[in-house]
Amino acid sequence: MPAVQETIDQVRSIDVDQYKYGFETEVEMEKAPKGLSEDVIRFISAKKGEPEWMLQWRLDAYKRWLTMTEPKWARVSYDKIDYNDIYYYAAPKKNPAPKSLDEVDPEILKTYEKLGIPLREQEVLAGVEPKNRVAVDAVFDSVSVVTTFKEELAKAGVIFMPISEAIREYPDLVRQYLGTVVPVTDNYFATLNSAVFTDGSFVYIPPGVRCPMELSTYFRINEKNTGQFERTLIIADKGSYVSYLEGCTAPKRDENQLHAAVVELIALDDAEIKYSTVQNWYPGDAEGRGGIYNFVTKRGDCRGKNSVITWTQVETGSAITWKYPSCILRGDNSRGEFYSIAVSNGMQQVDSGTKMIHLGKNTTSRIISKGIAAGKSENTYRGLVSAHRKATGARNFTNCDSLLIGNQCGAHTVPYIESKNASAVFEHEATTSKISDDQMFYCQQRGLSEEEATALIVNGFVKDVLQQLPMEFAVEAQKLISISLEGSVG
Amino acid sequence: MADVTLMKTPAETALAQAFEAVKTALPGSAESRAEAFELFAERGLPHRRVEEFKYTDLRTFMREVAPFAPTPSSAEAKAALRDAKALAGVEALSIPFVNGHLVRDEIDFSKLPEGVEIVPLSEALAAGHDWLAKLSPIEWARKNPVYQLNSAFMADGVMVRLWGDVATPVHLRFVTSSATAVATATRVLVIVEQGASVTLFETHESTSGAGHQPNDVVELLAGDNAHVHHVRVNAEGDQALALSTFAVKLGADVAFNTVNVVAGANVSRHQVFAVFEGENTKAQINGATMLKGRQHGDTTLIAEHAAPHCESRELFKTVVDDEATGVFQGKIIVPHHAQKTDGRMMSAALLLGDGASMNNKPELEIFADDVQCAHGATCGQLDEDLLFYLMARGLPKKEAESLLVQAFLGEAIEAVEHEGARDALVGVVETWLKARG
Repeated sequence: MPAVQETIDQVRSIDVDQYKYGFETEVEMEKAPKGLSEDVIRFISAKKGEPEWMLQWRLDAYKRWLTMTEPKWARVSYDKIDYNDIYYYAAPKKNPAPKSLDEVDPEILKTYEKLGIPLREQEVLAGVEPKNRVAVDAVFDSVSVVTTFKEELAKAGVIFMPISEAIREYPDLVRQYLGTVVPVTDNYFATLNSAVFTDGSFVYIPPGVRCPMELSTYFRINEKNTGQFERTLIIADKGSYVSYLEGCTAPKRDENQLHAAVVELIALDDAEIKYSTVQNWYPGDAEGRGGIYNFVTKRGDCRGKNSVITWTQVETGSAITWKYPSCILRGDNSRGEFYSIAVSNGMQQVDSGTKMIHLGKNTTSRIISKGIAAGKSENTYRGLVSAHRKATGARNFTNCDSLLIGNQCGAHTVPYIESKNASAVFEHEATTSKISDDQMFYCQQRGLSEEEATALIVNGFVKDVLQQLPMEFAVEAQKLISISLEGSVG
Repeated sequence: MADVTLMKTPAETALAQAFEAVKTALPGSAESRAEAFELFAERGLPHRRVEEFKYTDLRTFMREVAPFAPTPSSAEAKAALRDAKALAGVEALSIPFVNGHLVRDEIDFSKLPEGVEIVPLSEALAAGHDWLAKLSPIEWARKNPVYQLNSAFMADGVMVRLWGDVATPVHLRFVTSSATAVATATRVLVIVEQGASVTLFETHESTSGAGHQPNDVVELLAGDNAHVHHVRVNAEGDQALALSTFAVKLGADVAFNTVNVVAGANVSRHQVFAVFEGENTKAQINGATMLKGRQHGDTTLIAEHAAPHCESRELFKTVVDDEATGVFQGKIIVPHHAQKTDGRMMSAALLLGDGASMNNKPELEIFADDVQCAHGATCGQLDEDLLFYLMARGLPKKEAESLLVQAFLGEAIEAVEHEGARDALVGVVETWLKARG
């Protein structure tokens, strides 16, 4: 059946020409010379005051990258990227490393104000609900301009700082974990990122610590002709817990800009990491001009037993999205979860999904994905669930639904389900008709019509996904909450 | 011209040499054969980096190329057909092939039942028969390397035209009897006229255990309002590398039903390409696969709903024992204009052996916004509770397992409308389970 009017209106309200964050900030920037070369990498490394091993790591990655070819397997098409026509480093000229908020360029502060990102701790402290405080790391093009609540977090033993700072201050910790989840050689864009990454967040939660507040990074691409290559590394030591949020926006421009990030999560024994994203990069205009190419490698490693990693994403932006937040379930009894809502509009192309790689015993994973395609967009779910020979008792449940609005768009599902262990139980389903008869009977018996009953059950299910999002993102996600699954196809 | 230097593996080189040797001797247009071979040669044997062959790497599986078999003598053919067992007990009009060659003596061309016309393909190719224009109707197949090999090498086959209510099932029997490994490339075209009602059997088996390499293609064109029931059995020898393609084009208001049972071959790859060309057509496409030892069984399906208001149901069941590997790749395609499509695809796998593997890839590619499409895939062991229930009632473990496996596969097999054939397929399952011990 076709989509209901309410859904159509909801999706239209977040259509590409409604993009609210498309303004540009006038800040004088310092940039690396255009293009990519060893010199540019040395320049970035020097700017960040990195130790020698880090530079060597970058140069090795660059050498490797030169031998690689751009992957073509995703269901997206775009003009060839000229990697030598990009600025790999752009930082505000005035005081690129401010010591406190007062030193930050007021223009930049205004930008974050406009975006609704709280950078002043007292403002947040004065908030009505102190338990909803969020520590923010604000990344502006290639540098982190502000990280809030650093001291308070430090009291709890939590390290939350820009990765460039962490490389200087905690080199051993960074060195021990960097590139262990997404190896330098992992894929074309991850290798490129390894060579040129500029900033991003570093989080370390010590054993047994429950991070006292939500951590968040807000990525803003501002400068023309730049690419953003951030790198985030989160380590949750034994028995710790952290919830991390990520948001991103960019100005409206006719050109495409590349965003190739790498995110690595490591959960040791009994630790839990919750990673939430509201991805709202500029999607390009209705004709498909401009927009961000979002080619991101995100991967979590449940390295310890009983560890948990949860990915939640709401994807509405980017001209092209190509990302698969994944979980390597290495520790016994570890759990991976992936909740996703991807809305594509205009000429957007989305090829997203997840990978759940079961290596340890009794590992469990759950995938809930909702794709909504409107306009002339293409929305693909691509996912892998695999059980290794030794993954006895592995369990997966996957549910991916998609919805089409109009007949100019496409929705595709490409799941790979590979089991090498007889005791692994995998279930994959993609339909609304899979609502259990019992539930339907129960509702109908109490006087609800079939449609009402379906709506009730479906809404319950959607809420389930959105409840995974921390409070701070609930507002943005609210827009999507009432999108019904009516008329959805696998 | 096929360029031998482009070839990489010894098997690819051998295929190129084999083609050079036979291309002028084979009947029909040498040009179209060369074209098909060139298409194949451009990319060579498909390997795991080719998405459609991700789980079935033919470069690895086809290390050597078996020679094409010569035409068997009449006595040889008779003996082979006498030993062939697959669906042998079900009464039907038999169209037998031994070692890839049509056994004409076994068909009484003068006494064909009402509504059946048979033209040997080799004759048709040599004479330029009208129906040849209907060959290779499906683009998905033409782009497929396995099919391209068949198009290049097809030496024999038949073209069958069916009309009216054909009471007797037509049985295509493919038997390989050669003591040494041989390759076959047969092509069958079945034209089902408007409004016809037909039952087709297709069996593939070997009476010798050699590592044969059959690559057979059956193409079926169903006219409007036709009713087509199709049953296929793969009972190839346990050394065989069996490649096969079933390409189907369905008109409007067609009722189509196909069940494929795989119990044989060391490595098998069965490809189904079904295109819905007319409105209101309903299709049930089922498969039941049983794998043991180190067998590898691949079923790859593309169902393209090219017309609106069609319904397709796909149900694939795979039982994997020992260290065998099962593969199911299914794709439902719904283009912009195919509104009101109702497609449901289900693949369920049961892993019995500790070393068993299953790879499932159920895809949807949808461009129309008013459709109902769904797919499901499951993979797991036998339900412990069910086993316990049966064992608590006195059944030994093996028997309880067998019963559950039968029920599991039975769901796919029960779609067979022809009673005799259905019983025979149940028999195939029972035999397989008995052999499990």
